[in-house]
Amino acid sequence: MAQAAAPKKKAEGLGGEKLHVWPYLVRLEFLCAILTIVALTVWSIVIDAPLEEAANPTKTPNPSKAPWYFLGLQDILVYFDPWFAGVVAPVLIIVGLMLIPYLDVNPKGNGYYTYHERKTAIWVYSFGFLVLWIALIIMGVFLRGPGWNLFMPWQYWDPHKVVALVNVDLPYAFGVRTYNGAMLFGGAVILGYFAVGTGIYFFMERKALKSVGFLRMFLKIELFLIMMGIVIKIVLRLGFNIKYVWVTPWFNI
Amino acid sequence: MASNSPKIPNIAELMDKIKSGKIFSDIAKEITESQIWTSSFRHGYADTPRNRVLQIASNVWLHLHPVKIQRHALRIKFTWCMGGITFLLFLSTVVTGVILMFYYRPVGEYAYYDMKYLQYDVPFGMLMRNMHRWAAHAMVITVWLHMFRVFLTGSYKPPREFNWVIGVLLVTFTLLLSFTGYLLPWDQLAMWAVTVGTNMARATPFLGNEGPFAEFVGATPRYDVRALLIGGSVVGPPALLRFYVLHCIFIPLVAGALMIVHFWRIRKDGGISGPL
Ligand code: HEM
Repeated sequence: MAQAAAPKKKAEGLGGEKLHVWPYLVRLEFLCAILTIVALTVWSIVIDAPLEEAANPTKTPNPSKAPWYFLGLQDILVYFDPWFAGVVAPVLIIVGLMLIPYLDVNPKGNGYYTYHERKTAIWVYSFGFLVLWIALIIMGVFLRGPGWNLFMPWQYWDPHKVVALVNVDLPYAFGVRTYNGAMLFGGAVILGYFAVGTGIYFFMERKALKSVGFLRMFLKIELFLIMMGIVIKIVLRLGFNIKYVWVTPWFNI
Repeated sequence: MASNSPKIPNIAELMDKIKSGKIFSDIAKEITESQIWTSSFRHGYADTPRNRVLQIASNVWLHLHPVKIQRHALRIKFTWCMGGITFLLFLSTVVTGVILMFYYRPVGEYAYYDMKYLQYDVPFGMLMRNMHRWAAHAMVITVWLHMFRVFLTGSYKPPREFNWVIGVLLVTFTLLLSFTGYLLPWDQLAMWAVTVGTNMARATPFLGNEGPFAEFVGATPRYDVRALLIGGSVVGPPALLRFYVLHCIFIPLVAGALMIVHFWRIRKDGGISGPL
């Protein structure tokens, strides 16, 4: 009820109705605490924490899975080398999240639920959280079997499942056969992707440039392009069997 | 009272009392006026505005709160209660974790057998271990949900930008806390999950022996960030000790300090965000 009335409260300003924390908030917290502790206790009585055989460095389980909350990142390892999936991506996630308040300058939707006043922000965050983080975790927990191959829940986890290695690098798929040529081609594709994406965004938002500021808009679009780049790479791999886009002597993307 | 003959309960009257809720105040009166109650508590609590304020202001734990709060901040629909539950789960892991520490030794030869001992011989050992583990897992979920609701309500917008930054550090430390704890049972699950996780450090650009540009820095399997983290080139007893110290001392202290700042900033930023 209060929700429907919320946006209208603007006119009233900060002087909205104030209530005593004791008893109104304290009793709510108390109730929440009791429910949480009861739930935790029941859960702990009913389900035992796992304890497998003693650690054995000579016996590698297949599949070896990271703790469930990191399985999204482990899944990205299929599409990217460890330096990106395991190091650069987590750092970018942490830094990117920290930057959110400084990049999102939309003054609307501060302190209440709204979709219409900040559609893009909600879409981008929900996509990153629900799809790239949560959905990949669910996939990692339930669908990844031996050799990190994909198994449907009703399929037998066959450790000898044969998966053809048909992936090629993007430059190769486009007929570039020399090593240096492929390196140039790949670099052009990656840099071109960022340049074109940035250009389009700046052109579309040219009116906002003055009020938002160059650095803000630049960081915003680069972070967004990186996030979408991960999705594009996943699609390229699953749909077109592309292994790397850019191969260099130092790193591959 | 004694002189009165016992009253025969009048059903209609009783139903009226139940319906109007008067029955509760009657029972409360019966209890608080009994000899046991009056001899235990020297005076009652008068529900006056002054006392309501004093309950918060003169209680060391409760005065984390302001004494008054906007009505909308009470709505569970608004906060989902997730920040508070995350904090409670953190406290639960602190309590159960300290109990586990009395029985657990972070030594390659002992760790696994201490877990078995905890499970089969220590009174309530299994329960303590379960509560510790499940509270830790639940905390990971609730902190994500808390973050999601803070995003959806736009509560990171001015003046709360900095508290969001603190929050991102908190979610990171929550994950690290969980991850370092994952190794301690010293079973197959623990060792290999942490092997998979820490193998990533090998690929750190410049600082990991398999990372891009490592050759310019001279990182080797025995001398890179991963070796620093696990005290060797494989997850062995030195890694167990390192993770134990990080898990029981370093990370909880840092996370605790960050939580103090987090709560302080909520109040300095004007309490829970709301429509202005
Ligand atoms: C250990 C982790 C954390 C604890 C114990 C915690 C605790 C709390 C509590 C108790 C509140 C009061 C309101 C509520 O319950 O929703 C709160 C508010 C807030 N939290 Fe957290 N939090 C944690 C992590 C985070 C994270 C990961 C973020 C975001 C990245 C965050 C950002 C905020 C912000 C911006 C507020 C103010 C919300 C408002 O004014 O509406 N916190 N936190």
